[in-house]
Amino acid sequence: MNRRGASTCVFSNMPVIVSAASVVGPREGKGPLGSLFDLVCGDTLCGEASWEKAETKMLRQATDLAVTKAGLQDVHIDFFLAGDLLNQIISSSFAARDKDIPFLGLYGACSTIGEAVAIGSFIIHGGFAENVLVASSSHHDTAERQFRYPTEFGYQRVPPSQWTVTAAAALVLSSQGEGPKVEAVTVGRVMDFGITDANDMGSAMAPAFADTVWRHLSDLGRTPGDYDAIFSGDLGRVGSKAALYLLKKRGIDLSGVHDDTGLMIYDMEPEICSGASGCGCVASVFAAKIYPELKSGKLRRVLLVPTGALHSPTTCQQAESIPGVAHAVSLVYPGWEEKGS
Amino acid sequence: MTRARTKERDEYNRLARSFHPPRPILRNAVSAFLVGGTICTVAQVILDYLSVRLPKTQALAMTSSLMVFLGAFLTGLGVYDEIGRFAGMGAALPITGFANSVVSPAMEFKREGFVLGVSARMFQVAGPVIVYGSLSALIVSILRVYVFK
Repeated sequence: MNRRGASTCVFSNMPVIVSAASVVGPREGKGPLGSLFDLVCGDTLCGEASWEKAETKMLRQATDLAVTKAGLQDVHIDFFLAGDLLNQIISSSFAARDKDIPFLGLYGACSTIGEAVAIGSFIIHGGFAENVLVASSSHHDTAERQFRYPTEFGYQRVPPSQWTVTAAAALVLSSQGEGPKVEAVTVGRVMDFGITDANDMGSAMAPAFADTVWRHLSDLGRTPGDYDAIFSGDLGRVGSKAALYLLKKRGIDLSGVHDDTGLMIYDMEPEICSGASGCGCVASVFAAKIYPELKSGKLRRVLLVPTGALHSPTTCQQAESIPGVAHAVSLVYPGWEEKGS
Repeated sequence: MTRARTKERDEYNRLARSFHPPRPILRNAVSAFLVGGTICTVAQVILDYLSVRLPKTQALAMTSSLMVFLGAFLTGLGVYDEIGRFAGMGAALPITGFANSVVSPAMEFKREGFVLGVSARMFQVAGPVIVYGSLSALIVSILRVYVFK
């Protein structure tokens, strides 16, 4: 059994993330990580006729870039796993339409990239694939029109709300090669603590983050200090406070090692409110910032915990509360096995 | 428990709310006052200008139409959502805000075609205002005609 504790999967042959690529919109390109992204679109349409088409194009570009950076071609990829925020995950399926790779569509809202890395690692560790391409995307304008209001409608954003990013990112997981490795994965449980406010997704996801981190650490007998950094993606300011509070109540203190990818991608102008969110946020921040730092050994062990709010506009209108989910992926720098910690 | 009980839900909701940054009430009120006031001032100038040239009812109707046009025009230019984001009710409540709420979905769903997109979705935001506006107008009219004669 490669299971440790109740629910953590540990890889004896760690899958390697051999490449990462990100494509973002103009606003993200102007943010503090702007120069780190592989491609920045000049406008939110990326030369397409609709925002949905633009999101698909960005996802396709990110996957093409990731495959090229890995020194591979589509024929070498055994599986393509992807997801996004739109109904019927159209951005992913439509991007897969142009690829000749067996495709599995995933939905975990903003946690999708965590889900994809987890499943991709299982497939590789199980010996079913040499190379797996994983990706996720989100687009501010496609998400706004689906989850909120038309983009040109003038309404005031409330302080706990989060800004959906326009970004797509892709990673290539491989059974061998050079790069950061996936050491362990804890798949999250769906947690619902009764938040009904769709403008406060951070608080809705915080219990799932706290639960997954707690289970991950206790399964492996570790403390937060065993990680150089623990990233949540994307709780925002409000959700991060709630998550740290919930963990502290369980005796786990994340202050000092915790950062939120939703607070890293923008300069946090007032319009952003509590922070960024969206499938593309944690994925692109990982691909552009965390991945290179892991690769160079600047970060040696990182816990990436993408979190997703699993609601739909329909469930919110029917006054259902918002369930959250979070998956923890423990990643180590390339020299981990040789040199140890 | 992955699904919290009622007591825990209440506790967590209280906790989450305590982490919310306070709504900037003063800032919102001042920006609503300034922008709402400006919109109404523009309308007043138009009304005064038209009143000396047209009969009163026509001048009123013409002013409303011009303000609707202005709201729609600024929405088309992509400006009104910025105004609304800044001014909240100051931009939403005047008739220009109503125009914005009709034109913005119409623009948004143009890509889904003129029948199932523009016309079907046009009243997505304004629909409730129209329905309950008409309903309350009907009730008030009935009261006025039959009760408070």
